[in-house]
Amino acid sequence: MRMSRIVRVAADLVYPAVLIFGLYIVAHGHLTPGGGFQGGAVIATGAALVIVAYSYAEVRKWLSGKVLMGQEVIGLMGFIGVALLALAFGQVFFFNYLNASGSLFGTPVPYGINAGELNTGGFVPLMNFSVGCEVWGGLTLVILYMMSGIQKEAT
Amino acid sequence: MKKEVVMIISLVIISAFFMVVAMSLTFGSPAMTDMDDYFLRYGQEQTGTNNQCTSVTFDFRGFDTLGESTVLFCAVIGVALMFRRMQGGEEHEDE
Amino acid sequence: MLWNLPYITVVALTFVGIVTVLLKKNLIKILLGINILESAANLFLVSLGYREGGVAPIFTLAPSELMVLPTPQALTLTSIVIGVATSALVLSFAMVLKKKYGTVDITEIRRLQG
Repeated sequence: MRMSRIVRVAADLVYPAVLIFGLYIVAHGHLTPGGGFQGGAVIATGAALVIVAYSYAEVRKWLSGKVLMGQEVIGLMGFIGVALLALAFGQVFFFNYLNASGSLFGTPVPYGINAGELNTGGFVPLMNFSVGCEVWGGLTLVILYMMSGIQKEAT
Repeated sequence: MKKEVVMIISLVIISAFFMVVAMSLTFGSPAMTDMDDYFLRYGQEQTGTNNQCTSVTFDFRGFDTLGESTVLFCAVIGVALMFRRMQGGEEHEDE
Repeated sequence: MLWNLPYITVVALTFVGIVTVLLKKNLIKILLGINILESAANLFLVSLGYREGGVAPIFTLAPSELMVLPTPQALTLTSIVIGVATSALVLSFAMVLKKKYGTVDITEIRRLQG
């Protein structure tokens, strides 16, 4: 059932802020507390806010189950793919091949307390993005499926 | 009523046993810290991250995270199987 | 006795959780008991890795170099996600059971169909 106009406008204004905050937590997982799982849960909470403010029937027209399932599959395959790519470099499975290598996320980090740089981290930021995608798609899909099972009470 | 009384008495005895064990642990000085001292000393040069929890989750113990992602994926598939129709459609009646 | 307060809380939460799972008849309340047991296990794991006077094991602008152990925190993260997966599955079972039987009382869901 649709909520009133004030609630809908407030959800419209708050949801981009929640989305950017969740993506910030995912992206800076190797510098500050956070990471893939925590950021994905925050973004799924923002999606739950929109589903509650607008009724389920309306949100069902915007989000399709296949796109969310595809997002989840891309997340899990990306995680396994980044780990399998280490075999192409001649090392073992799950070896950190981007650490201190000068390419994508490869600045070396000296020992000790420092103000962190975003360019460090090896393949940990790539894995954070993959896991964030997977948790976002998975939790939103669970919320949508459970909302579809609510029966209308005969009053 | 008798079954519940027996259950609660046995649970109290088990909780007393747990409490004796909990009193003998020391809070604030862990027993063995060799592995974590290695992670804190060499984590920054071997993984290149500042956050040691993330480096342990994704690099030093990455197989646990792989299993956990698979469990979450299978749980979402399980929920999708329970609600096989979304918003309309007729109900399937097997045989 | 107060210096071991996290471990005493773990024992109390475990007792409450097991009593709820064994003695309640509503399926949702049994699920809440399972969640309380999960929280007790996570609290136990995290409080095993505390060092006296330590800070979070993050090197970005840390106040000192004496840090707590990072490994139990990684294991607790996995445990929390598995708890979420378990709760989602049990809740979807409860919804389908309510549609088929009309009640979530476990003493009345006894017929095997099929």
